[in-house]
Amino acid sequence: MTSQANGAPRGGAGAAFFAGRFGIDEQLCERLLGVALGRGGDYAELYFEHRENGNIVFEDQKVKSAGGGVMSGVGVRVIRGDSIGYAYTEDLSFEAIKAACEAAAHISTAGEQNLPVGIDAAPTPSYYPVLNPAAEVGAAEKLAVIRRADEAARRYHPSIVRVDVSLVDELKRVLIASSDGKFISDVQPMVRFNVGCLSEIDGSRQTARSGGGGRYGMEYFAQVTPEALAIEAAREAVLLQEAVPAPAGVMPVVLGAGDSGILLHEAVGHGLEADFNRKQTSTYSGRVGQLVASELVTVVDDGTIVNSRGSINIDDEGNPGRRNTLIEDGVLRAYMQDRISAKHYRTDPSGNSRRETFRHYPMPRMTNTYMLAGETPPEEIIRSVDKGIYCVAYSGGQVNISNGDFVFSVTEGYLIENGRLGSPIKGVTLIGNGPDVLSRVTAVGTDYKLSDGRWTCGKDGQSVPVGVGMPTVLVSGITVGGTEQAAGGGELS
Amino acid sequence: MSEGFHEDYRSLAEQVVRRALAKGADDAEAVINAGSEFTVSVRKGEIEKLIEAGSRTLGLRLYRDGRASATYTSDLSPEGIEEFIDRALDLVLIADPDEFRSLPDFDAQPALPDLDLYDEAIARLTPAEQIDWAKRCEAALFATDPRITNSDGAEFSSETGTIAFANSRGFSGSYPTSAASLQVEAIVDDTDQKKRTDYWYTVERSLVRLQSPEEVARVAAERVLRKLGPRKVSTREVPVVFEPGMTRALLRELSSAVMGTALYRRSSFLIGREGEQVASPLVTIVDDPTLPGGVGSRPFDAEGVPTRRNVLFDKGVFKQFLFDSYTANRTGHQSTGSAGGGIGSMPTVRTTNLVLVAGPHTPEQILASVADGLYLTELMGFGVNLTTGDLSQGAAGYWIENGKLSYPVSEINIAGNLKALLLDIEMVGNDVQTLGATAAPTIKVSKLMVSGL
Repeated sequence: MTSQANGAPRGGAGAAFFAGRFGIDEQLCERLLGVALGRGGDYAELYFEHRENGNIVFEDQKVKSAGGGVMSGVGVRVIRGDSIGYAYTEDLSFEAIKAACEAAAHISTAGEQNLPVGIDAAPTPSYYPVLNPAAEVGAAEKLAVIRRADEAARRYHPSIVRVDVSLVDELKRVLIASSDGKFISDVQPMVRFNVGCLSEIDGSRQTARSGGGGRYGMEYFAQVTPEALAIEAAREAVLLQEAVPAPAGVMPVVLGAGDSGILLHEAVGHGLEADFNRKQTSTYSGRVGQLVASELVTVVDDGTIVNSRGSINIDDEGNPGRRNTLIEDGVLRAYMQDRISAKHYRTDPSGNSRRETFRHYPMPRMTNTYMLAGETPPEEIIRSVDKGIYCVAYSGGQVNISNGDFVFSVTEGYLIENGRLGSPIKGVTLIGNGPDVLSRVTAVGTDYKLSDGRWTCGKDGQSVPVGVGMPTVLVSGITVGGTEQAAGGGELS
Repeated sequence: MSEGFHEDYRSLAEQVVRRALAKGADDAEAVINAGSEFTVSVRKGEIEKLIEAGSRTLGLRLYRDGRASATYTSDLSPEGIEEFIDRALDLVLIADPDEFRSLPDFDAQPALPDLDLYDEAIARLTPAEQIDWAKRCEAALFATDPRITNSDGAEFSSETGTIAFANSRGFSGSYPTSAASLQVEAIVDDTDQKKRTDYWYTVERSLVRLQSPEEVARVAAERVLRKLGPRKVSTREVPVVFEPGMTRALLRELSSAVMGTALYRRSSFLIGREGEQVASPLVTIVDDPTLPGGVGSRPFDAEGVPTRRNVLFDKGVFKQFLFDSYTANRTGHQSTGSAGGGIGSMPTVRTTNLVLVAGPHTPEQILASVADGLYLTELMGFGVNLTTGDLSQGAAGYWIENGKLSYPVSEINIAGNLKALLLDIEMVGNDVQTLGATAAPTIKVSKLMVSGL
């Protein structure tokens, strides 16, 4: 394939950027892919990345620092069987990329070969139109947003003595060329806003954080105001001043709509990433078609939600972003695939291959993962609980993929007593097992909500932005780790 | 790369600082991290991935009229660097003046110790040798016990690099570093259909200090096999024995509360408690960046300040917070040489090699003292609130009955308060285990709430 001399940029706006700045075009990529396959690999791929980001850190009513950076480079991957060779360089000269291709080619020892590689430019879908790119906005506009948050948090309650705000924006351009013929690019924006508040009353200090964002420009703040995000953190910090110690033991737990999706992400989602299943290291290995959850549960991973933090027009192997049903009415339908696992399972890549940067190899990862709405009104779910807890916000979670055991730290939770919300509780941890908890889902609310863009997922030391979502859900029993022994909780053994 | 190479980066850092001053900065600090890595992972005897790469990044902090910016770039060409400095000077204007923001004061060219952070033997490793380390380790794992039928693979990784730093007060320094690591993860199918996993690893700055592949495999196998057939336990308050790895996890949690950052942000339960008995007299904790060959060691910190050994808790008495120059200025202290943080960001206070000093008891004596309690081997989640000290984390381990490990337990939670926990440390072991940048022995805490069924 050769480039056209005129007309619209081939391979999209990202490709035009790499051509203009670094002289990288289809012909050059074809030559380099030929080098990468020179020792007999099955597949080779070039992942060019240029990432600019900016950050403003605001503490104690002052801009503490402003910063940012630019990072660019290329990652070369050669696959031979199930094995990968990977090399990267920040030097985008032909000679340096060629050396990286030769290094990645070492995975194969099949001997010299010289096959022509043909690639063809493809269009990119668009799930994140941006009106007002954060990278092009002056500092004054960003500072105004930050100061609005600071003022709102301080105004919310006199006990708020300290407010920290940060605004981080990123513009990532990627271009992917692969020996199976792809030449495709994407431009991926991101805005992320964080607020932390400290409430101090008679020497008792409580802190809380909130945040949001997504693949937006500054127009994000027209949808979710900085005041709303600031008040969320301030409200939580003040609320914690009155919180009582959490009960301990097994009890019914109502998971609130939105952020509780992190539980689904950790406890179920990771186990459905195909690499763990291919290696038989997941609790869901070999269980496609089986009932793995309550019949009320349908779980979807969807990279195409407009402007969501986890959305991707194309994944990091150049496959289009997709909506995939993972669990349908309790039955396991599909894993999330990358190229290597899709070949193993004789299926198509599912648009889930992701990597942190060009310095990292891709693997199956989630995009936006959520449970679909059910039929029970959320108020009815709370009314149905005699004694339990209601969990709204979380600071994080962790899962053991191989058996589904998980732990979550709850930052906002309440007691439920006789069907009514009671005191806020502190120091709450949920401990359980993903498949076990999903089988104990006894009601699913009508109020599906996507969490605001605040979650980052880690796997094998690589972080990628994700979205999570959930309706209100009742789980008949989860172990709650608190400091107060619940009545009757200690008698079973 | 050769060991002398780091001097070139040092002069490049000096040059960047000179250019920044010439373009109008009042002060500047430049840091360059450059290095190369090789990683191989092997699973079921086959190479799963080979990674080979070189990388370098320039970070710059600029100061003008009390304002600061922090930026980074991977473009080290002369034109790239000029543009980069211009952008950083523009960014400085966004920040507000901050009277506490200044470069640290210290003797401009202090004598820096050689901390033995670079081993030529790691630089000379061939790909074939590194593949062999990983393969031997995984093979040894499968050879230990027929119940080990799967593995998440063995990975050997090596890196060599340079850290070069220069500031506008006349300090510059650089040093070469190296590191190698080996880890393996074992997977066993338990009788309840659940898979049990555990892993072990070794990481060192010199090759001779690495544990052998066979030793790493042996420990990983032992750790996974002892987990088979776990039970749940009822909710109750009991003594908890922390294995050394868990004491290390506790130390890392605790370390966030001793940062100068937590002091000025008022987010530490240790505020105002210097000189007080906040922990059991058995507890002495130091942060020591001067340990020869230590994974966390460094001759100077991220602001060029010479490092030193800092005692944090002495026989249970809280001695001091750790400071970089900003947190020191802000709280009326001196820098403790504890500036760290990523390239392209303002410094943040970090620990280096964190050590809980050995106590008098053998781990056997500690176990023997518990009639009914938990031996803690795993923590999950992020469960410590450092403002209040409240602690609640998912856990797993073994039940102790009459001084002996009886059966594994899982899906439990431990909860309490870090303030009480520190005072409740009843015994400290003599079995200090160093892994990475943390070293700690077995300890016994007299009581924690364990929730299960």
